[in-house]
Amino acid sequence: MTALAYREACRQGLREALLRDPKVFLMGEDIGRYGGCYAVTKGLIEEFGEERIRDTPLSESAYVGAGIGAALVGMRPIVEIMTVNFSLLALDQIVNNAATIPYMSGGQFAVPLVIRIATGGGRRVAAQHSHSLEGWYAHIPGLRVVAPAVVEDARFMLAAALADPNPVLIFEHVMLYNIEAELDPAVSEVDIAHAKLRREGRDVTLIGCGNGLVKALAAAEILASQGISAEVVDLRVLRPLDTATILKSVAKTRRAVIVDEGWRSGSLSAEIGMRIAEEAFFDLDAPLRRVCGAEVPMPYAPHLEDAALPQPAAIAAAARGLVQPAKGAQ
Amino acid sequence: MSKVHLDHAHLHHLLRQMIRIRHFEAKCVELYQAQKILGFLHLYDGEEAVSVGVMEALGPEDAVVATYREHGQAIARGIGMDRLMAEMLGKREGCCRGRGGSMHIFDRAARFYGGNAIVGGGLPLAVGIALGDKMQGRPAITACFFGEGAVDEGEFHESMNLASLWRLPVLFVCENNLYSMGMALERAEAETELVRKAAGYRMAAAAVDGMDAVAVEVAARAALERIHGGEGPQFLECRTYRFRAHSMYDAQLYRTKDEVEAWRKKGPIGRFHEWLRESGLIHDEEVRAIEAEADAEIEAAVGFAEAGSLEPVSELERFVTMERVPS
Repeated sequence: MTALAYREACRQGLREALLRDPKVFLMGEDIGRYGGCYAVTKGLIEEFGEERIRDTPLSESAYVGAGIGAALVGMRPIVEIMTVNFSLLALDQIVNNAATIPYMSGGQFAVPLVIRIATGGGRRVAAQHSHSLEGWYAHIPGLRVVAPAVVEDARFMLAAALADPNPVLIFEHVMLYNIEAELDPAVSEVDIAHAKLRREGRDVTLIGCGNGLVKALAAAEILASQGISAEVVDLRVLRPLDTATILKSVAKTRRAVIVDEGWRSGSLSAEIGMRIAEEAFFDLDAPLRRVCGAEVPMPYAPHLEDAALPQPAAIAAAARGLVQPAKGAQ
Repeated sequence: MSKVHLDHAHLHHLLRQMIRIRHFEAKCVELYQAQKILGFLHLYDGEEAVSVGVMEALGPEDAVVATYREHGQAIARGIGMDRLMAEMLGKREGCCRGRGGSMHIFDRAARFYGGNAIVGGGLPLAVGIALGDKMQGRPAITACFFGEGAVDEGEFHESMNLASLWRLPVLFVCENNLYSMGMALERAEAETELVRKAAGYRMAAAAVDGMDAVAVEVAARAALERIHGGEGPQFLECRTYRFRAHSMYDAQLYRTKDEVEAWRKKGPIGRFHEWLRESGLIHDEEVRAIEAEADAEIEAAVGFAEAGSLEPVSELERFVTMERVPS
């Protein structure tokens, strides 16, 4: 078995979708001749042609809206937005049209659109290319929001998204494109409904998504070396939240740390924390903790950017503080 | 296909359509004052010739993207007044089961893709509908209605460019009523000759008297023929005027009574009626019959709507997400 890179897994997913359904086509900036900003779509224009791999002008609102329109009349468009900050230029179309038309029309129309968006920090590209705004999108009824954090999900979430009759936003964290893993040959599909345990443990639950999952798993290693058994939940689906899986883990470990690259105030981590508080308050042996992105526009300098992002040491420290309150950092 | 049949029957039909819209909205005002219609109510009073003319040129295979001032667009497209009125009254029998209201009329059978209440927000949709139809080999054209206020928006420019770049079958119909709410065109746009905007996108454009249904139909048919002939999307500016307030109430401080009166004299129904009568193409009793027929249709629609049921609150969250793609 050979290892597959996350980027290549995304590309294979796209290629499979294009081969499987003639109604699938791609739109986005530099996805064709350039090969994709993150090289995810490399080679697809040569294989499928310009009709199905559509390079667009820098008109996020128009081409995302065009994706919605094409979805309304029977196509299965996959739209790529280079980075989540650029998606703000298409926010009107995503929030006011994609998320509302099925409802406003009384169920006469569906919007089976997939939008792939690169997200997250760590590439030293400062305050207009590095944020994690997926939590905002998770606020919007009518959207499904997913965040593949492992190669298997990068490979198979797209097919599940295309099978969904609703608009699905797939957030690909930019620090994950180069990670590699061997795929289980027995797995040929994944769901986009459930969170998943990525590591079992007894003492504390670490909850994260995207690159936050990678950080949480690293934190769990640190904790293991210190005799603390951490369970790690990969959110996978940010909307609708799989609260049941979260609560089940918290009921077992009785402690939770939520990792969120987004800013703390009004964040997805706040939503998760509140759901635990509402549903599992009496299961808890310790207060809930969060490790979030610092509330700053992302700085360029590496030491500042690293300080602005959740890091394994900080996650481990937060967890340790819950399990060993006398010894741990608060 | 581009010919407008200026026969007796067709001319009567155009007048009838405009009267149906005008009277329907007059009834809406009554129901609004009786607090049976709530929220915003944007009247098309004065602009009827635009959608009547354009819709006459469209076929059932074509698609329509509408604005929030879309009662006239919906009626001219053939959406039944009963389901329309039921929607205005927030009833389950309404075309959107009471979820859309006045500003969000959708009708799948009519390929009517919504009253869109974000100015300019419908233009990218129209581009995509045209793209989707074209990619599936449908010989359909998407007529996209928007006001001149949408020209201020970036989405207008992005969509005009994309439609032209990809040579998509879109008829951009600009209903230029000179004011976006209270903002006069000359106070909002550096270039007020809107057809010139299209030139920047190498799109053919024409301006037409939007108070003249026949002129609008002729212009729309010509534009559609050019699209079918492979000449790419077309821009049609219909110069019109809104006789009443932006929504139900505004003090109209932004325009003079004299200006409104001057436009009223050019009203699409009065002037057309007068021309028909002077040309001996219609008799007063025929007009009265058209009006009576429209009023009866409206009364029946109100009866249907009033007798309608309320969507159960247990259905509040239905259609937030869909279980399948409707076909």
